[in-house]
Amino acid sequence: MLMTPVLYPELDTFLKWIRESLSRGFQPFAFFGTCEAFIYCLMGKAGELELACCPFPPAGRYPSLSIDFPAFQIFERELFEEYGIVPIRHPWLKSVRHPVNTQPAIEDYPFLASESPLIHEVGVGPVHAGVIEPGHFRFLMRGEIVEHLEIQLGWQHRGICAMLCDGALAQKMYIAESIAGDSVIAHGTAFCGIVECLSGTEARAKHIRTLLLEMERVAMHLSTLSALAGDVAYIMSQNLFAAIRTTVINSTLSICGSRFGKRALCPGGVNYALTQDLIEALKTKMKYCALQIQNTAEAMFASTSLLSRFDDTGKVSTEDVIRYGFTGISAKASGVPIDSRVDFPNWQYPAFLVQTESTGDVFARAHLRYVEAMQSLDIIQELLKRIDPQSPICTETASFSPNQIAVSIVEGARGRVLHIAKSKDESTALWYKIYDPSMVNWLALSLAVQDEQVSDFPLCNKSFDLSYCGSDL
Amino acid sequence: MFELFKARFRHGYQAIPNPLKAGMDPAFPGLPVLDKQMDFELLNGVCPTNAFSEQGCDLGKCIFCGACERKFPHMIHFSNDFKMASDDRQKLIMAPGANSLAPIEFRLPSQFRRSFTIRNVCAGGCNACEMELAACNNVNFDISRYGIEMVASPRHADALILTGPISRSMASALAETWQAIPEPRYLILAGACAISGGIFAESPAIDRAFLKHWEACLFIPGCPAHPLSIVSAITQIMGIK
Repeated sequence: MLMTPVLYPELDTFLKWIRESLSRGFQPFAFFGTCEAFIYCLMGKAGELELACCPFPPAGRYPSLSIDFPAFQIFERELFEEYGIVPIRHPWLKSVRHPVNTQPAIEDYPFLASESPLIHEVGVGPVHAGVIEPGHFRFLMRGEIVEHLEIQLGWQHRGICAMLCDGALAQKMYIAESIAGDSVIAHGTAFCGIVECLSGTEARAKHIRTLLLEMERVAMHLSTLSALAGDVAYIMSQNLFAAIRTTVINSTLSICGSRFGKRALCPGGVNYALTQDLIEALKTKMKYCALQIQNTAEAMFASTSLLSRFDDTGKVSTEDVIRYGFTGISAKASGVPIDSRVDFPNWQYPAFLVQTESTGDVFARAHLRYVEAMQSLDIIQELLKRIDPQSPICTETASFSPNQIAVSIVEGARGRVLHIAKSKDESTALWYKIYDPSMVNWLALSLAVQDEQVSDFPLCNKSFDLSYCGSDL
Repeated sequence: MFELFKARFRHGYQAIPNPLKAGMDPAFPGLPVLDKQMDFELLNGVCPTNAFSEQGCDLGKCIFCGACERKFPHMIHFSNDFKMASDDRQKLIMAPGANSLAPIEFRLPSQFRRSFTIRNVCAGGCNACEMELAACNNVNFDISRYGIEMVASPRHADALILTGPISRSMASALAETWQAIPEPRYLILAGACAISGGIFAESPAIDRAFLKHWEACLFIPGCPAHPLSIVSAITQIMGIK
């Protein structure tokens, strides 16, 4: 949607507005600096968004919000990294992604350390023991128990935001598809939303987009369930879930040619239509998947040896979810029912209830993925009934109206994917900001492993299944 | 327990009997076939990576987005042939009128023909290539049937398979991992990003100096490279038919 920011010329009134909207139950969705030397802040709660901005503080510093509202910690670090603006008394001010000006190289970043002879450090990464993206985990250990985990990302930084502003934005679909290769549709549709908003275009084929998004969610949840089963050596489920995921992503391939949904989207609609034959084939395949998932999951969640590893491991409390602004599975598994599909419904969804769990442990996050995948398969069946193979799939996008700010929110498999951009002229963006849910959610993993055995770290890590490249950009 | 038996029974036999001769969905964009009359400047006009030249279509740059095929269907058509890999960067160029790439001549020494271990390094990859690489090990593609194993330590590896365009931050970690592999060691590049930088080739956050020092023995195109492309390419250099 297009948004006009409220301009606060004074920093004090801007910060006061932020504190005041937090007290009204809003969460920070985005907080960032731009090349116009302004700080923007997007606050949101179910169905409501508020955007305000303020010029950069003249002294290049301001009192940190993170002390009282830790949800701002990663945003303030990003602002510091990109524009050198210092939040005074920020509890742990260091670069998020890449070295800045006088900052040390990524290999030499400081980490929280302890002088205590009882504490030893364990460093893992950036290259991990598996086929997985790079990141660095630094543990402070007391024997086998994790006292503290610090996560340093940035290894995957490819300069996506800068590339999106270089040249006509509507031609950058393929970059949006590579923000995170496992969330192609989530980031892709968020990007399309920005282009369509700025150009005042009404997108076609929304049913097909929704279908692809739900198939992506099912595939991602299955991939996580498979890996979780593998982490506790429950090999049967690991293999069955992986095979069902293959069926789901091969179905995505039969729609657009890519197992991850690349090539499917374009600003204005989608690139490939569904034939009636394909719709019927998808109905059968998705029905098979639903049955197969149900049988596998019911057996898996009845296994006591598996439950003894999942139960009570890696807990995140409801208070912490709200305090730190976590989203997606990480929030819903702790009993916080936030879901952009319901909160910001610009999508063609059949009615559904947001599912939650209450315990906030590995079991909750795993079981919720099963429940959500089943729900998504119901939504998929409903959508397949509604898709009309004859209806037009794409429309031309018009030129942008300059100096407009567009916000686009999509509920990806990991949570709230948010894109926000301002148009410069008829075709380019002045700035473009991307917030993958992983960026805020990585802290949830740090909190979850505290006081756990280090051997439970892989299990906790997988239960969140966060994106490295999505937050590194 | 009964549910598990039901699921296992319904699961049946999911492995692809012979991945080297597997059928592929016609929607899959594989090896492109170019018309002899193709106009590379027109095609480059819609290509995000400028993959076209007089010589043809460079599969090392192509991200298989299909923009060219949708705009100029009479000039280019993507077949569903997943066997597209080469042992030479120059041989990845698909000439107009051709219907296959030059064959892979490179063969690993005989001691690797039955056992070949690979360490993956993701250096700026978007996680699509990494997930496809991991999928090679699942029950469907089951690359381990050929004695190919993805290992955790570079000390246990015979080869390094690189995914991603090599972000600046990962450049030294990649070089260190490579140095930790005992010789003889082999370098494999999977995906457009690793082969040419792909869509990130122009980004200042990329540092591809590593590839100036070390030569790859196998290039597997794709965005991401399909598991069948990966399995068929690696088994070819092992001499498995």
